[in-house]
Amino acid sequence: MLVDSNKNSNKEISATLLEVKGLRIEGLSEKGWQEIVCGVDLKLKRGEILGLIGESGAGKSTIGLAAMGFARDGCRITAGEIIFDGIDLRSATENEKRKLRGTRISYVAQSAAAAFNPAHRLLDQFAEGPIDHGVMSRSEAKEKGRALYRSLDLPDPDNIGERWPHQVSGGQLQRMMVAMAMSCGPDLIVFDEPTTALDVTTQIEVLKTIKEIVVDRNVAAIYITHDLAVVAQLADHLMVLRYGNLIEVNSTGQILEAPKQEYTRALLDARTRHEKTTAEIPNPEILLSIDKITAGYGNGPDILQEVSVSVERGRTVAVVGESGSGKSTLARVITGLLPPRSGEIRFQTDLLPAALAQRTKQQLQKTQMIYQLPDVALNPRQHVRDVIGRPLSFYLGLRGKEKERRIIELLEQIELSEKYIDRLPDELSGGEKQRVCIARALAAEPELIVCDEVTSALDTIVAKAILDLLQKLQHELQLTYLFISHDLDTVASIADRVVVLYAGRVAEQGPKSAVFQPPFHPYTRLLLSSVPEMKQGWLEKTLATREAKAGIAREVKITERGCPFAERCPEAIPEICSNERPPIQTPASGHIFACQHSPEVLSK
Amino acid sequence: MSNILKIFSSAPWSAKFGMVVILFYAIISIFAPFIAPYGETELLGRAYELWSDKYLLGTDNLGRDMLSRLIYGARNTIGLALSITLIAFVLGSLTGMIAAALGGWVDQILSRIVDVLMSIPSLIFALLILSIFGTAMPYLIGTIAILDATRVFRLARATAMNVAVMDYVEVARLRGEKLGWIIRKEILPNITAPLLAEFGLRFCFVFLFISALSFLGLGIQPPTADWGSMVRDNATLIAFDDITPLLPAGAIALLTVAMNFVVDWMLHKSSGLKDVS
Repeated sequence: MLVDSNKNSNKEISATLLEVKGLRIEGLSEKGWQEIVCGVDLKLKRGEILGLIGESGAGKSTIGLAAMGFARDGCRITAGEIIFDGIDLRSATENEKRKLRGTRISYVAQSAAAAFNPAHRLLDQFAEGPIDHGVMSRSEAKEKGRALYRSLDLPDPDNIGERWPHQVSGGQLQRMMVAMAMSCGPDLIVFDEPTTALDVTTQIEVLKTIKEIVVDRNVAAIYITHDLAVVAQLADHLMVLRYGNLIEVNSTGQILEAPKQEYTRALLDARTRHEKTTAEIPNPEILLSIDKITAGYGNGPDILQEVSVSVERGRTVAVVGESGSGKSTLARVITGLLPPRSGEIRFQTDLLPAALAQRTKQQLQKTQMIYQLPDVALNPRQHVRDVIGRPLSFYLGLRGKEKERRIIELLEQIELSEKYIDRLPDELSGGEKQRVCIARALAAEPELIVCDEVTSALDTIVAKAILDLLQKLQHELQLTYLFISHDLDTVASIADRVVVLYAGRVAEQGPKSAVFQPPFHPYTRLLLSSVPEMKQGWLEKTLATREAKAGIAREVKITERGCPFAERCPEAIPEICSNERPPIQTPASGHIFACQHSPEVLSK
Repeated sequence: MSNILKIFSSAPWSAKFGMVVILFYAIISIFAPFIAPYGETELLGRAYELWSDKYLLGTDNLGRDMLSRLIYGARNTIGLALSITLIAFVLGSLTGMIAAALGGWVDQILSRIVDVLMSIPSLIFALLILSIFGTAMPYLIGTIAILDATRVFRLARATAMNVAVMDYVEVARLRGEKLGWIIRKEILPNITAPLLAEFGLRFCFVFLFISALSFLGLGIQPPTADWGSMVRDNATLIAFDDITPLLPAGAIALLTVAMNFVVDWMLHKSSGLKDVS
């Protein structure tokens, strides 16, 4: 029955599918119930995508879930109407809503890795919904799953469903989750930040899948994100939200071209690339030099193969690459957590002992680290005072008043006030936590700070503020950064020098100007072309390029022979690239390039 | 003081009940000599006298006052159980955290020792040790504490493992912090909640274990009053429809329930779950 009624309603294409009027939602906090969504209206037709955009705390996810008639624990819908295809979801019984969810309305969560049950095969999880709702038999559901996998271009669609969630890559998992949302042929899908945790290249692959589904199958979608450039590729309309209030709603083109509100402009501005210009430093001193490092875990393969990088004092060196390229392993080698199999690390002119335990306190003090996830980088039971105070007493021997004074000074340096001193990490926002992590690193008075994807877990506006802070601190304190990131926009705005890592080898490295301008290494070109641009139609254009066709939707594999990038490379020379090591070329001083092609060939 | 009252008033009824009961037991065991109408081992009248104004709960198999022995029994049994649980916790959580923080061969050795100890049924193990070394108090305490420490070790190691992989522990390692600091400041505060919950449970198990040993004659030795042996000594009365021997058993049960109410509430509080209804 459900399937039949679906087909009938599909005919009225222009009718409004979802209408929300005057939606108000309250959330429970320590101060009691407080309004977190303050009167939002929205309308959605079939085949349309509505983008909900804003920082965390804007109420995006809450609205997305409310569109399914659902309120999380600690939230309640207090006013407004939610009408889905003529059904009033607010007055519908729990049982009626249950029938709709999964069949006619479905949900795609941010982290596919956390949303799939690791103890069940993928296809069984796919089949769960349709069987549970009595729409299909097990064999029908599995057949449908395979057909969907095929139409979404997943590799080996007939058998991939028999794998376990940990056996497929992050991007594939996210696409399988989209397939799962499609299992009963829904009319409305809510996407909650489905690409935020992914690499740029993987992101494109997921975006492509979402776009295909919505356009081909004529479903409606709500797409929640904090990244304007991503949603610009998909959405017909955008709603900008802040603190539960509607700031601006308009067609995507209008918002991008002519934003009316100040806040929308700020969002746009945060996503626009501001390139840093590298100032000349006379007689640069090499602070850190890594020479032919080869490293791996346990008895496993070499994750890093003969990587050499040098970092000049006062500069920022960015290490870029997709996940699996060995960026974080490099950080672990530098900090001493993973002693390399061969190669050496020098700090200024001193040879650093490979293992952490053999390094002296002074050596440790000079290198500090800032992490990707400030939530797990701060001990939830320690107050800001202890977090920042410990390096002060540990390295510098500060006590009492003197220590207190320095903590406050550091808090001011990271643009937080004195009143934060007695807070616990729980009482800080994501951006504030990351600032406290920066203060902790600064407290040690280091010379080098290793920043491991420090902005990738943050909203665009907050991330930009953190990058600005890092730059300001670099100027004031002559700090040196080793900046690990997969986000080339971030890298462009902060780096002086760029190292492109692929499968544990340096594909290209040099001054930013040389790396980010033609001639490109084929891998750098793929990465650069995958960064979403803030204009409509970018996705289609990019997907049509040769790089995308060859390189998107593949994962990083470590190879013993040849160039590891060969099978994703549009320029690969058959037989040669997959068997022979690419020669190292130096087209200009300081610019290193590992490819069979000469730069002249690649600049065409 | 007002702080304690505030916490108390915010607790659910079950936790309030539990706290009142625990307080009651605590007062009784601390002030036992002042509360008990007769001495702990005083022989007063005939054996198995009925409840009367003179002997509120009657007398036991040797003619000692049941109520007085119940009150002194609280002192002996709770005191013993508490000290055993504390020793077990210090030993178990410390080694567990060390194993988790260091890993490698230290973890291997400690874990295998614990495996060996756990593979022997605890009652058999206790009987064996106590019959070799005798039932003097230190041996009793030591044996049960070590047996219980293995369970605490398992829990402490497992929870500490989850914490030890966190970035903030890595930060401490990179800073050059010593093992002591990492355990005390980084790991311990984050595993106190499960440890506390386990403490409540373990305490009850120790209680039951001591009672079981006493029942078998290997626990607290007569004439010292203890709830377990009181049940054993007077068990025959049940055949005559007298519920007196069930009173010490009831005292154990009540304390166990009270303890678990409080622990549940503490767990709920520290887990940060929100009640919504």
